Amino acid sequence: MSSQTYLEAIRQGMWDEMSQDESVFLLGQDVGTYGGAFRVTAGFLDHFGPTRVIDTPISESGMVGAAIGASMLGLKPIVEMQFIDFISCAYNQIINFAATCRYRWGQSVPIVIRGPSGGNIHGSAFHSQNPESYFQHTPGLKIVAPSSAVDAKGLIRAAIRDPNPVLFFEHKYLYRRIKEEVPEGDWIVPIGKARLARTGRDLSIVTYGAMLHVALDAAARLESEGVEVEVLDLRTIKPLDQEAILATARKTNRVLVLTEEQTTGSVAGEVAARIGELAFGSLDAPVTRVCCPDTPVPFSPTMEEFYLPNAEKLVAKVRDLLRY
Amino acid sequence: MSTTGKSFGSLHPDTPKVERLAETSLSRERQLDLYRLLRLTRMVEGRLGNLYRQNKVVGGLYTSLGQEATAVGSAYALEAGDFIGPLIRNLGSMLVRGVLPREVMMQYMARGLSPTGGKDGNTHFGDLARGIVAPISMLGAVIPVMAGVALAAKMQGRPLVALTYIGDGGTSTGDFHEGLNLAAVLDVPFVLIAEHNGYAYSTPTSRQMKIKHIVSRAAAYGIPGEMVDGNDVLAVYEVTKKAVERARAGGGPTLIEAKTFRMKGHAEHDDAGYVPPELFEEWRKKDPIDRFERHLLGLGLATPEDLQKIVAEIDRGLDAEVDFALASPMPPPERALEGVYEPDPEGGLGTILPDAPPVNEQNAQSGGGAR
Repeated sequence: MSSQTYLEAIRQGMWDEMSQDESVFLLGQDVGTYGGAFRVTAGFLDHFGPTRVIDTPISESGMVGAAIGASMLGLKPIVEMQFIDFISCAYNQIINFAATCRYRWGQSVPIVIRGPSGGNIHGSAFHSQNPESYFQHTPGLKIVAPSSAVDAKGLIRAAIRDPNPVLFFEHKYLYRRIKEEVPEGDWIVPIGKARLARTGRDLSIVTYGAMLHVALDAAARLESEGVEVEVLDLRTIKPLDQEAILATARKTNRVLVLTEEQTTGSVAGEVAARIGELAFGSLDAPVTRVCCPDTPVPFSPTMEEFYLPNAEKLVAKVRDLLRY
Repeated sequence: MSTTGKSFGSLHPDTPKVERLAETSLSRERQLDLYRLLRLTRMVEGRLGNLYRQNKVVGGLYTSLGQEATAVGSAYALEAGDFIGPLIRNLGSMLVRGVLPREVMMQYMARGLSPTGGKDGNTHFGDLARGIVAPISMLGAVIPVMAGVALAAKMQGRPLVALTYIGDGGTSTGDFHEGLNLAAVLDVPFVLIAEHNGYAYSTPTSRQMKIKHIVSRAAAYGIPGEMVDGNDVLAVYEVTKKAVERARAGGGPTLIEAKTFRMKGHAEHDDAGYVPPELFEEWRKKDPIDRFERHLLGLGLATPEDLQKIVAEIDRGLDAEVDFALASPMPPPERALEGVYEPDPEGGLGTILPDAPPVNEQNAQSGGGAR
């Protein structure tokens, strides 16, 4: 065991994979000499050398395209988006090129695209986004969003080893706020498996990423009122762990889906739809989304705080749902 | 201009009987092989045209009539281990790499035995064993991808070159810039052939760029640029060969502009009414196959009988290819659901860490814990 932050766990996971698999390499903006805008790749250039740690021009589409091509020759590229918001500049390469090769002509594209997502750092509209729903719609992609250091390490390893294109959405709010014991050794956390973060019988909160901690906070507050909340951490957004989602819905009969995205067309909407379709008979209340309003991410702290879900808002929603 | 081998030898009355093409190091045998590939390209597209008119083709038909020499000549300059990323008008480059006419025909007819199993159409298929990366319809996108192939080759120390194509219209895209710039900055073994064929669908080059020659752009990337007569197959071969050798030797990317002309509409449905007839007339005289024939005949490298024999052999072969493709079945509908993801390798991706117990149960057990 060693104590690692969320950020260190990601770094260590990549480091381990690059150490044991020569085909893994990094490319991105400022990932080499500077060690990445958030220092996730600090030390990589010195250790692995400039052939495997490549600083690129500002060209998100170019980077992802190059990663796709390199993967076809047997390499396993990890592309860093300096902020995940910039992934939209590579949208075409991801959804049309990377995601369709396997289906159209049998060519697997084992690439990882990773980067810091999420708000609560006063980064405004272009440094705070949660773009998962744009990609959740696209067959051929996998999407991962860890909430803990252990999961971050195990999932980045799994993402690198996965023979498909994997989007790895780190939450920058958690980078240095989470520190925990992370087991030594060569292990992974499997893509596509949710984890029960807390058990309860009265209501389920389904969530992922930084919102997991909001959910656990709310659950702890409600415990003192005698309310037992179950919390499911999805960990993987695509493919969704439908079995785990339906199991918790059938157990508590009340589900609240908590995510940090804008509400319309969200991952939360997809989770809610599946519960409505497949576990309707178990429900005692409507499946409820708690997400952000349908606006760009506002800048000023007062507005961003208003915009983001938090434990107070969540507790109020839980009470509403329990009274339904 | 002849569209099938049958009208071989019908020279335009105004054109000279002897053609002076570029100097070449290619032997007579290899020049005749080039001739066969040019003819094959045009004749495969001719057969596809027939299938289209018989309503056998699903969707549109996109051909390279009049610009076959660009794809064939450039791909012919590559070695066996090299990679191409062909676009829709680069069927010739795929035939050079050993693609069978039946594969293309089944693609166009959406058959179950097509290289994509019916999941995609036309020339949108790849096969790494033959060094072919399938493009997507979004133009420019394959440029960074092929730059990535070249990057991987450089990283692995493999002496291979990646080559792809772009039309005059496609040079307006962001990916053209990002891909070529990335290739230049990373100094990878990459060759980009810009086919300047006059029109992007209905839009003339004057609406794509303010410059006259695409090759001017090479200077902006700090890489060599070459301009070549795209209808002189030997010139295309030689200029590509030079760029490929430079790339293989570590000299980085080259941008080659091939001047040619699209002798049909964007696709078979498009009558190209927006192209002034005199342009077609002008370029008909420069037909790359007619010119190459005049070269071969004029220099005594082949007799009319030699060429006729090549054409007859292709024609016979294509009869069999068409029969095979037409007899092949449509795919089972349920196949639509298959193959989206690559399955995990046998044995999985590694040892799975057991999940920590839920936080409340952890508390009950140990009185605390981060998870």
